[in-house]
Amino acid sequence: MKRRLGAVAKYGFLIAVSLVSLFPLYWMAVSATNSSLAVIRGALLPGKELINNYRNLLGNQDLWRAMTNSFVNALSLTALALLVCSVAGYAFEIYHTRAKDALMNVLLLAMMIPFAATMIPLFRMFSDMQLISTTIAVILPTISTPFLIMLFRQSARSFPHDIIEAARIDGLGELRIFFRMFFPTMRSTYAAAMTIVFMNAWNNYLWPRIILFDSKSLTMPMLVSNLIFGYVTDYGMLMLAVLICTLTTIIIFFFLQKSFAEGIVGAIK
Amino acid sequence: MTDKAPAKAHLTPRRRTITQKRSLVGWAFLLPAALLILWMNFYPMFQALWMSLHKGIGAGMTWAGLYNYERMFKDTVFQQTLVTTFTYLIVQVPVMLVFAIILASLLNDKKLKCKGFFRTAVFLPCTTSLVSYSIIFRSLFAADGYINHILVGLGILETGYNFLGTPWSARMVIIIALLWRWTGYNMIFFLAALQNIDSSIYEAARIDGASPFQQLRRITMPLLKPMILLTAIMSTNGTLQLFDESFNLTRGGPGRASLTMSHYLYQLAFEKAPNFGYATAVSYVILALVAVLALIQMRVGDKR
Repeated sequence: MKRRLGAVAKYGFLIAVSLVSLFPLYWMAVSATNSSLAVIRGALLPGKELINNYRNLLGNQDLWRAMTNSFVNALSLTALALLVCSVAGYAFEIYHTRAKDALMNVLLLAMMIPFAATMIPLFRMFSDMQLISTTIAVILPTISTPFLIMLFRQSARSFPHDIIEAARIDGLGELRIFFRMFFPTMRSTYAAAMTIVFMNAWNNYLWPRIILFDSKSLTMPMLVSNLIFGYVTDYGMLMLAVLICTLTTIIIFFFLQKSFAEGIVGAIK
Repeated sequence: MTDKAPAKAHLTPRRRTITQKRSLVGWAFLLPAALLILWMNFYPMFQALWMSLHKGIGAGMTWAGLYNYERMFKDTVFQQTLVTTFTYLIVQVPVMLVFAIILASLLNDKKLKCKGFFRTAVFLPCTTSLVSYSIIFRSLFAADGYINHILVGLGILETGYNFLGTPWSARMVIIIALLWRWTGYNMIFFLAALQNIDSSIYEAARIDGASPFQQLRRITMPLLKPMILLTAIMSTNGTLQLFDESFNLTRGGPGRASLTMSHYLYQLAFEKAPNFGYATAVSYVILALVAVLALIQMRVGDKR
């Protein structure tokens, strides 16, 4: 009896938490298909206003430009960050010397530097270089991060050194060993890193807001944020914009979920 | 024997050059990443310190000594943002970590049904961007939003309550939103750590008659300590830098009741009359707080 009561409490708690977790997302998705008036009246079922909201959104904001910009920024950052940080993490582990270990410790300190403390000089630096409103300015500060280097150093630790030796005897160059052997075997780490970097890049708001002046370089989070500046909020249109912005990261998460979990567990071990 | 010795002597220097060569390859591999961190993190950090000791803007910045730091003691808005940010920190971080640990230990149960569903449900909020969830919560808690719709519908309130227009409720909404967004994220770290704990420890505890609560306190918590330390430092770091929520959910309001330090910093540097000197001084307070709180947490984490 007591046991059963415990089980009821456990499942009850988990169901309640799941409901609280999912409800705002459900409400967002449903509201995207309803008129603003229906949303205010408390509509909780899908409506027929999706096309209408979409039309309003297109008339109001440059949706496809924002989508393109967000994809270009996020994909170029992800590709560069994965390349630069995985090569570095691999080198810190495989070719480690005392000097390299010391350098790694210094780089790790950068994790404790809040972005708030660097954003103003960064802004000045990029405006001096006349790179305001460019993709380079958006992505350059976050291509190399201590977190990602550490993630790849950790995964290089589990990469058997015998294989490297064998490959060297077979006459493979160091660069080839990395690309032909390390890269393919560490797929789950790359998938985890990709998920994290892409999501952060896609969702980043403060830095793009500072560095992107031109309305042509608008990103998705900026577009969503712009919609609440008016006096009257069209909830249907607003939630459709939020839905489009969120759907991208949710889809990526579901595709990479399994390898994401494996990669994170592997890195923590 | 005799002709083997010179061959060996010949081999050693050659080998050394190979290891040296490899070490150089290693440097070449890690150099781009290292230079980028120095250029994009450390260099601006020191530049911010230099700027915080200056007045004016652009090339016309003049030496001001500690003026900008002294100014903070008289700036009531800054002091208010400090209090607000710490309110978020003290209320939200402990509650979130406790929830995350409870959820992780429930989801670590091998016999649990629908585990995949629960885990995805709890983690899903983390996939939304900070701007998106801020706006979802802003809409839910609006005067004509869904929360008021329910409260009025149930007869708890007669008319909608202006959650975002009252200082304490506006701060509460931000805390609730933060809990919603980040609990699942921290849960993943705890879950990963729990999966490394041998389940036979729990078996033994159960046989010895330990209640679930005792198991949590005596086994789970001590083993999770390093992870608690990590998540506490990460969450503290994040909370001290809150911007998107303040900017999009409450716009810092009503008045400046929910304004965070980072949001204030943004206003100082990029709105109305930009003041880079004073703004960078405020940013150094955030930097110092992050460092000091991380040190304290590491000390406390070590002792326990």
